[in-house]
Amino acid sequence: MIHLEHLRKVFNKGTADEKCAIDDLTLHIAEGDFLTVIGSNGAGKTTLLNLISGTYLPDEGRIVIDGEDVTRIPDFKRAKYIGRVFQDPLVGTAASMSIEENLAMAEKRGQKRGLRWGVTKAKRERYREALRVLELGLEDRLKDPVGLLSGGQRQTLTLLMVTLSIPKVLLLDEHTAALDPKTAHKVLQLSKEMIENHRLTTIMVTHNMQQAIAYGNRMIMLHEGRIRFDVAGEKKRNLSVETLIKSFGSVLKDETLFTAAESVE
Amino acid sequence: MKRGEVDSPLLSFGGRMESILRIIPISLEQGLAYSLVAIGIVISFRILAFPDLTVDGSFPLGAAVAAKMIISGYSPVWGILLAVAAGFVAGYATGFLNTRLKINSLLAGILVMTILYSVNLRIMGRSNIQLLTFSTIFTPMENLRVSRFYLVIPFFFLVAYGLKILLDLFLHTDMGMAMRATGDNEQMIRSLGVNTDRMTLLGLGISNAFIALSGALVAQDQGFADVGMGIGTIVAGLAAIIIGETLVRAKTVRAFTLAAIVGSIVYKMIIAIGLRIGLAPTDLKMATGLMVIVALGLPVLKKEKEGKLHLRGI
Repeated sequence: MIHLEHLRKVFNKGTADEKCAIDDLTLHIAEGDFLTVIGSNGAGKTTLLNLISGTYLPDEGRIVIDGEDVTRIPDFKRAKYIGRVFQDPLVGTAASMSIEENLAMAEKRGQKRGLRWGVTKAKRERYREALRVLELGLEDRLKDPVGLLSGGQRQTLTLLMVTLSIPKVLLLDEHTAALDPKTAHKVLQLSKEMIENHRLTTIMVTHNMQQAIAYGNRMIMLHEGRIRFDVAGEKKRNLSVETLIKSFGSVLKDETLFTAAESVE
Repeated sequence: MKRGEVDSPLLSFGGRMESILRIIPISLEQGLAYSLVAIGIVISFRILAFPDLTVDGSFPLGAAVAAKMIISGYSPVWGILLAVAAGFVAGYATGFLNTRLKINSLLAGILVMTILYSVNLRIMGRSNIQLLTFSTIFTPMENLRVSRFYLVIPFFFLVAYGLKILLDLFLHTDMGMAMRATGDNEQMIRSLGVNTDRMTLLGLGISNAFIALSGALVAQDQGFADVGMGIGTIVAGLAAIIIGETLVRAKTVRAFTLAAIVGSIVYKMIIAIGLRIGLAPTDLKMATGLMVIVALGLPVLKKEKEGKLHLRGI
């Protein structure tokens, strides 16, 4: 489904701050794979997602999604393949626009937008039903601006927005990191159900080793823009945070990873 | 009270009331005529969050195109249509500088505004065209036996309110929502597949088409087009939408466009009253500028945090 070949992305090229965020990275992700990505700060996790979504174009290498070479295609043209949930709950929705308008915009992801009425009665009813399932009470607030919602509500809404137009690829960028533990758990469960129900090819970046092990069928660890560890299937299921730290503690200097690990023990 | 004392600030109460009542029709006429500028500014500043300064050039551009067409013997309707098209191109040009050439939005507007000064002079061939002896869009309304206000004010109302409704409708279509999201959350709407550069180009085009239309109508209403008539248009328009948004307590799109119309009328009334009680016409732009500074600065000094939407674009 996704083929990344010899990708390379350098920031601030030719200056003292030059940083190679992704270094000769090759990765093939099969259809229906649920890949989790861990790594310390600056390992290149978010850059990897930004390269796949087209937010950044790579300096070298090739990106193929669903058989199409998208290496030079700008982000908004890749949107028909890709659904994305960002770390910051504010990024996934338009604050000044109503809940139903945000949903309607998401439903049109990757399609041509003409002069048809944006939120029809039929759509509104559909959204109401979809929101009822979330049990956040949002079904009665369709016309409220999204800016009035909490971070957790907005992130849940962003997830629902992804499901309105099923993408080929789902990118989750530490999408529960900014939420309180309870909301984070709920959003994570919801993501899992969605991914399983639609057999979505998913890449989930996370700071939390426990999460990376518990979710998905494959896991990679990034370090300095390269894949240091790639595990799938049975081997991944048998993985524990302890063995991970034992094997990679020396390369993982990120404190957040360790705190996450400690809180698990 | 003696004649000739009307403009004195020491009027009797009755005289003052009469004097203030007299400014209502003229403020309505001017307010409605300039409300198209305010609506245009709502599109750029509020919808797209793009502080577009093309305004001071696109307003006289509309006037220049319409005036030149009229004195060249074309129907005023064609003059107005061409003025609207010219305004669209001007806004599009600013958008092009910003989105394609990556020139800062404020500078892009200033560049196009400056270039338009020369363009307007070229179009007109001189710095001023008088239209009093020519047939304009208002001529049919002035040859009747009723006071011109009875026709001109409803005319401006229909144009302003009709276009306001059309714009409201557009902003609730799929494309219009994408335009609003471009100003609200560019990253989000790009990830949903919208070419935000195109939305900016289109939005600035529409915005300046509104503004040029206003220029074309104002020139015919006042009977002349002048190359200097655009100076201060942006500041006056901002004053109008700030006044309107305060009065209407605007939160929705429909309320924002309504606020533009209401604010424009109230602004013209405030200015007329100011002139009556002794404000020198030459100080008008300073007074308007101070008005905007106070409106924007006061909440900050009082440490009242305004909503993001309210301050957008400024």
